[in-house]
Amino acid sequence: MPVSIDNSRLIFSALKDQGVRIISALPETWLVHLIRMADDDPDVSLVRLAKEEEGVGISAGAHLAGAKSAMLMQNHGFLASINGIVSLAQLYRVPLLMLISDRGGFGEGDPWQTEGGGQTVPVLDALRIRWTRLDEPAHVAHRIEQAMTLAQSSLRPVALLLGRDLMWED
Amino acid sequence: MRRIDALKAVYPRLDACAVVTIMGAVAAELQSIGHRPNFFYLQHAMGLAPSMGLGIALARPDLKVVVFDGDGSVLMNMGVLTTLGRYRPANLVHVVFDNESLLSVGGFPTATGTGSDIAAIAAAAGVPETACVRTIEDFTAAFDSALDSNRMTTLVAKVDAVGPKQFVTDLGLLENRFQFQRWLTSVPAGKAAD
Repeated sequence: MPVSIDNSRLIFSALKDQGVRIISALPETWLVHLIRMADDDPDVSLVRLAKEEEGVGISAGAHLAGAKSAMLMQNHGFLASINGIVSLAQLYRVPLLMLISDRGGFGEGDPWQTEGGGQTVPVLDALRIRWTRLDEPAHVAHRIEQAMTLAQSSLRPVALLLGRDLMWED
Repeated sequence: MRRIDALKAVYPRLDACAVVTIMGAVAAELQSIGHRPNFFYLQHAMGLAPSMGLGIALARPDLKVVVFDGDGSVLMNMGVLTTLGRYRPANLVHVVFDNESLLSVGGFPTATGTGSDIAAIAAAAGVPETACVRTIEDFTAAFDSALDSNRMTTLVAKVDAVGPKQFVTDLGLLENRFQFQRWLTSVPAGKAAD
């Protein structure tokens, strides 16, 4: 499957450079290489979830205990996590670094991805979660660094939307 | 058995543990016995207390982590039992106070009142040690053994559906959160589990 290994490695390296020790994830096509990299890295604990909302709790516990973490999810994983984001991360001022594979946009061929993809940005905005896109390999390391810095300084969730042009090689 | 009596029975053993409770009666009762900086009360986000416990347990394997959960909360996030079963951190004790009702919001019965068995579900999900107890003596013994063992345990304590009159205390949510974080990050590695 034409998911970019090179750009997945760029993202993973940038997360490690930010000191990420715990990564929670639920499989998604665009995330397969990232999940394998996390699984293979002895310095990273990969937590495979039953539902993405669990990742909010894991990241909150890790943060309070002094460990940096990141969450890998798809649009629908974000939508499935909203109660935890609001009633744990936002209520208790906990930083979350959410990497959301942004399916359902221009170029999407899977009909079932199109609705959730279209709702992600409006929901992020409604929750006043700061977000930016990762579309260009040249931006990846810098924006992940900026996202982690903002999450840690604001003690709030931030989101990075992983775009088709970055993750998918047609 | 009353939940507050169960909490009182194990309270002396919580000294050096990172403790995470669910909202409502459990949080209010533990505070009424005596708040400590190593106690965190998750006053919302039903279902995520054991996920928080897992995050702490993974980040600080040198610390014992105790989660005081409830039947209503577990039923909202049953998948977490499979995650606990998969990673089974040796330093995590997961207590579920099962009063077979949503006591804080009117006492409506949960599915554990009509036959769902959380200890059996946890065992089938892969949690290495599980038990269901009904008396203070059995609860205390099972809790002590879970804390002293190096096998992740889900301990279901069947308790009466009674609780405090009110749930709001004078401990602010954020005050609790920052105090707990400071305790967690100031406990020296390897000391707390002694």
